[in-house]
Amino acid sequence: MQKTFKIIDEDGIHARPATALVNTATKFKGTEAFAEAKGKKVTLKSILGVLSLGLEAGDTLSLITEGSEEAEALSALQDVMIKEGLGEIHE
Amino acid sequence: MSKISGIAASAGIAVARAFILEHPDYTITKSAVSDVETELAKLQDALEKSKGELQAIKERTLAELGEKKAEIFESHLLILEDPELISPVMDKIREEAVNADYALNEVATQFVEMFENMKSAYLQERAADMRDVTKRVLNHLLGIHYVSPAEINEEVIVIALDLTPSDTAQLNRKFVKGFTTNIGGRTSHSAIMARSLEIPAVVGTKNVLSLVKAGDLVIVDGLSGDVLINPSDAEVAEYKAKQEAYDLQIAEWKKLRDEATVSADGKHVELAANIGTPNDVTGVIENGGEGVGLYRTEFLYMGRDKLPSEEVQYNAYRTVLENMNGKPVVVRTLDIGGDKELPYLELPKEMNPFLGFRAIRLCLDRQDIFRTQLRALLRASAHGDLRIMFPMIATLGEFRAARDLLLEEKANLRAEGKEVSDNIQLGIMVEIPSTAVLADQFAKEVDFFSIGTNDLIQYTMAADRMNEQVSYLYQPYNPAILRLVKIVIDAAHAEGKWTGMCGEMAGDSTAIPLLLGLGLDEFSMSATSILPARSQISKLSAADMKEMAAKALQLGTAEEVAALVQSSVQ
Repeated sequence: MQKTFKIIDEDGIHARPATALVNTATKFKGTEAFAEAKGKKVTLKSILGVLSLGLEAGDTLSLITEGSEEAEALSALQDVMIKEGLGEIHE
Repeated sequence: MSKISGIAASAGIAVARAFILEHPDYTITKSAVSDVETELAKLQDALEKSKGELQAIKERTLAELGEKKAEIFESHLLILEDPELISPVMDKIREEAVNADYALNEVATQFVEMFENMKSAYLQERAADMRDVTKRVLNHLLGIHYVSPAEINEEVIVIALDLTPSDTAQLNRKFVKGFTTNIGGRTSHSAIMARSLEIPAVVGTKNVLSLVKAGDLVIVDGLSGDVLINPSDAEVAEYKAKQEAYDLQIAEWKKLRDEATVSADGKHVELAANIGTPNDVTGVIENGGEGVGLYRTEFLYMGRDKLPSEEVQYNAYRTVLENMNGKPVVVRTLDIGGDKELPYLELPKEMNPFLGFRAIRLCLDRQDIFRTQLRALLRASAHGDLRIMFPMIATLGEFRAARDLLLEEKANLRAEGKEVSDNIQLGIMVEIPSTAVLADQFAKEVDFFSIGTNDLIQYTMAADRMNEQVSYLYQPYNPAILRLVKIVIDAAHAEGKWTGMCGEMAGDSTAIPLLLGLGLDEFSMSATSILPARSQISKLSAADMKEMAAKALQLGTAEEVAALVQSSVQ
């Protein structure tokens, strides 16, 4: 499953929300989670990976989940994106 | 035992074990290992220990400083668990049969470089987090015993070459009982911080760092400037008695806390405090401050990676005004440059920073920065008695330009429907001799003056106050300085305005009789100096001091002035 967001936080994705995303992705043990942006795909279970995307305000980011709890994981990740003021759903 | 002396920078006596604050050497050499499994186990062990430390720091920070400050350690923990970091390190150890510290450093360096090459300034600075985390693990791998000042969790005396602003910001006064340094003077950053934290300190000892080993028992006497290393039991007892006597004296002073400041012959003056952060207000209240005479707003801009927003500033100013409960609060607008740098502004290095692009000069040029601060201040004005002053004003034109920006933002806020007080006094710092000399002209347009003696003395005497070789020229009692102070006070009074002083001189027991005699209206000092000053002033006759000050102005040297004060006050 996948969902695309537009980054709205003026700092881009910085350490605190990246931490929240990684912590959330890590909770779903049997589900793989990835972030894809600017033609690069990284695991969402790595904070260095997420930060390495170098996301800034205006960039688009796709969150991808694969596995037994992919729907729950994607919905939890979406909550983090919205709650942290990181991004908005981009369709 | 040995005894050395330095400059008494912050009053009080402390007895505790030494904590050496030094930044260790992380030179790493590549070596071949025969037992890869042992090396991997070493790595695991170092990672686990580092995580344990971070977990403890995170919890302590959470409890003491709140969630915001603890977040950074949560990110550090995640980095140590990050498969993108750990797997390549393990692969490297296995495939190349190399030492763990080398493998870790190689992989971490790639991440540091990745961050440094990022477009966003924010992400570039994450390189520092990567280095920090790496060093923590390397400490265990290399057997380096390094504890950052933030992690001190037993009573110690910090021994250092010098303390940087970021070191002092991390000191926890619960555990750091005192500190002593090789370099610095009474007005250096570390000394000012020590007084604000109310920690005894002796600075400028020249060699304390080479004489003390970690764990040595040390006595810091911030009253005399003495430092005792491994004292005898008798000496410890003697100093503990001295400490108790000092505490008694403090208790005596505390009785004056809720009293007004009145001289023996009934002249009232105001004693205010210098603060750096909203947290300092507690100390102002505890020490009976009648106001805040100088709120240094620089700290809001320091220790972060971008400019503070209007909202962040508004909250800080509002907190100070509300906690001062209607008492006056003089806020100095941003005084950056000189010895206070903001890395994220990327200002060019200057040959002569104290004479360069700083304070109001920078603010009038970078109006985006200045207007944000003015808006935050104006909005906060609705919550107390706010007074605003501009630093480093050299010409009337600069004052007018700054005032006009303030008025523009005031009109803008009103148009936006925001509440702004109509009773904001607007003043200037007098710290440049040209402004002191022309005070009569300034007095027609400002509401008040605040004399910044640290800079006024430095600029009048043409002597860098950080340079120990010319520190003898830092002469607050020099008649040249006193005459400038008199010009400013008289000019204000002629226009029905008031003059304050917010430099170190305002709290100095030799200067106080002179300043009282010269007619100073407000004395702003470290919070801990307020009660001793109130006690001193209550015993002085303002009329006698006026006569004495008149004589002092006719003397030729600072020494003669000091001698005159000594003989008059006895």
